[in-house]
Amino acid sequence: MTDSKKLPGKIEETDDGQILFSVPFPEELSPEALQALKGMRPIIIKQPYAIDYIHSYGQDSPFFAGLAGGTLLGCRDLETGYTYANPRSHDMYTGEPTDWVQLPEEGRIHAFTVCHFGSEEFLPQTPFVLILVELEGADTLLLSRLVGVDPDEASLDWIGMPVKARFLRNSKFKPTDVYFAPSE
Amino acid sequence: MRPVYAVSGGVSKFAKARPDKTFQAIVKEAYDYAIEDLGLEFRQFTELVDGSVASYFSDHFTRQLMAGIMAQDYLGLCPKPGHRVEGGGATGGICFQEGWKNVASGLMDICVAYGFETMSHVNTWKGNEFIALASDVSLDYPVGGFYSGYYAMMVTRHMKEFGTTVEQLATVSVKNHINAYHNPYAQKRNRYTIEDVRQAPMVAWPLTRLDICVMSDGAAAVILCSEEGLEKLETASGRRLPRVRVTGIGRGTDAMRMADRPHQTLEDFLRQNALPHETNSQETCDYYAELWQGGFRYPGIHSFRAGRMASKRAYDHCGLMDPIAELDFVELHDAYTSSEIQTYEDMGLCRYGEGGPFATSGTTFMPGIDYGLDLIESPVCPVNPSGGLIACGHPVGATGLMQAVFAIWQLQGTIDRHFGDATLQLDEPRRGAIHSHAGTGTYVTVTILEAED
Repeated sequence: MTDSKKLPGKIEETDDGQILFSVPFPEELSPEALQALKGMRPIIIKQPYAIDYIHSYGQDSPFFAGLAGGTLLGCRDLETGYTYANPRSHDMYTGEPTDWVQLPEEGRIHAFTVCHFGSEEFLPQTPFVLILVELEGADTLLLSRLVGVDPDEASLDWIGMPVKARFLRNSKFKPTDVYFAPSE
Repeated sequence: MRPVYAVSGGVSKFAKARPDKTFQAIVKEAYDYAIEDLGLEFRQFTELVDGSVASYFSDHFTRQLMAGIMAQDYLGLCPKPGHRVEGGGATGGICFQEGWKNVASGLMDICVAYGFETMSHVNTWKGNEFIALASDVSLDYPVGGFYSGYYAMMVTRHMKEFGTTVEQLATVSVKNHINAYHNPYAQKRNRYTIEDVRQAPMVAWPLTRLDICVMSDGAAAVILCSEEGLEKLETASGRRLPRVRVTGIGRGTDAMRMADRPHQTLEDFLRQNALPHETNSQETCDYYAELWQGGFRYPGIHSFRAGRMASKRAYDHCGLMDPIAELDFVELHDAYTSSEIQTYEDMGLCRYGEGGPFATSGTTFMPGIDYGLDLIESPVCPVNPSGGLIACGHPVGATGLMQAVFAIWQLQGTIDRHFGDATLQLDEPRRGAIHSHAGTGTYVTVTILEAED
């Protein structure tokens, strides 16, 4: 380090972020004033937090490619024929790799709910209907959305209703690329 | 494994928001209470305690990784051993059992299990989003990630399968809220009627706002010890401590995505999942055969196989053969009124399919409290005498430990001293169960506690 180099003596202050230009505080820090600080109300500030993740669907990717092409893919254990209505590259009972199989687009409602509230991300979409669908040839269920029913007329009679898959024309590469509507 | 005693506990008053303190300082409230209740000074206990287990669910709520060590540090427990556990809604129950392991294995003589959650740092709907991140973010969350929605789907299936009614669900809410009316630690102390529950805003059909627990800021701590540890604590405090022994430990799991849960045959159910009092009864075996003939499959999405397996293991561990007859009370994970009903069945308090009528029978109510309901049966095994999650609140990492604390006090017969109200004290209970449950029944713990003379 040379003597001629001018080093900063302070941190340069900026105008971004939150600034409170004055905070009520005792003028003199007498013992009483220090004690009184314990009765002070908390300072509560807002901290924004946003992140873009690079999320790989990994071995499940063909499922999403299938949805983009208007196809429902499931996974089947070759030995037992046990079939998942979801991507799952290894069977949970045999431990063996599964094969991709095409699943039918028609099924029946196994269970449902109408969400009148939701997580912040989905709040603008309320009320929306969630269903678990039974698909012919699959041993497990598929979680999806249902359209074409009146959310204010929820009824247990919806269970067992035949439904048919519909696909987004422009895929978003999310499980919501497929949704269901009552069969015609 | 050595005998393990749960000697003391503390709970912070659960509240919607605790901006007055950071999470470490809230944990300290519960921790200090547990120490003081042993009749010890802080320094005396610090000298004796061998280590800890920390419990909190979400790194998102704290926006702080390694929050466990921050609590450990604040409590003055450094450099003693410790670690954090996480298992969704069951985090507190898992924490208690990990503390038990530390002692039962001989690794520690005295271990403190503490937990917390501060959920007020985001708004309710963002909070729901954080919780929903506990569902599969590739396949479930994007469809409309909302735990109340997931549980509501289980409800519609339970209703369709067994004829369970929304009024039966609402009865659980009425019971637990009215119990909590006498619990000063509870966040919500209100007397509701079935009409109030049904007329509350609909959240996820058919669950209304009063069928669902609330988010909370809170902490809880439990002190566990071996016989040697008990001796050390008694020597230091100069008094005999009440004996509450941990006699049964059980844990179960199920597929992360409820869509992937199996639909088993009757034979598989009887071989793998049925409890001894069920398989020993021909009438119950016939009842189940009939259910299967009607299309029932196990566990499907109406039942929590993890809860059943946790119960089965815990009962087996302590030699419990007939839960409803041998348990004096249960503190279970009623994040939803429906999950209390489902859990009655999983824990074998009644048979699968009978949870609805069982909920309204009176069997699970507290004696001596007027609920404004016509109950047919007298109380047999009160469930959630404290008010449960629905009324006490659900600061996730603290919840399972809060249940443990209330169960310890119940078995010690010290409810009056801690609550300043004896209404919720059962008459000399000998054995109780605590049940902690993670989202859609993925991880479940059941622990049996017994009073010893």
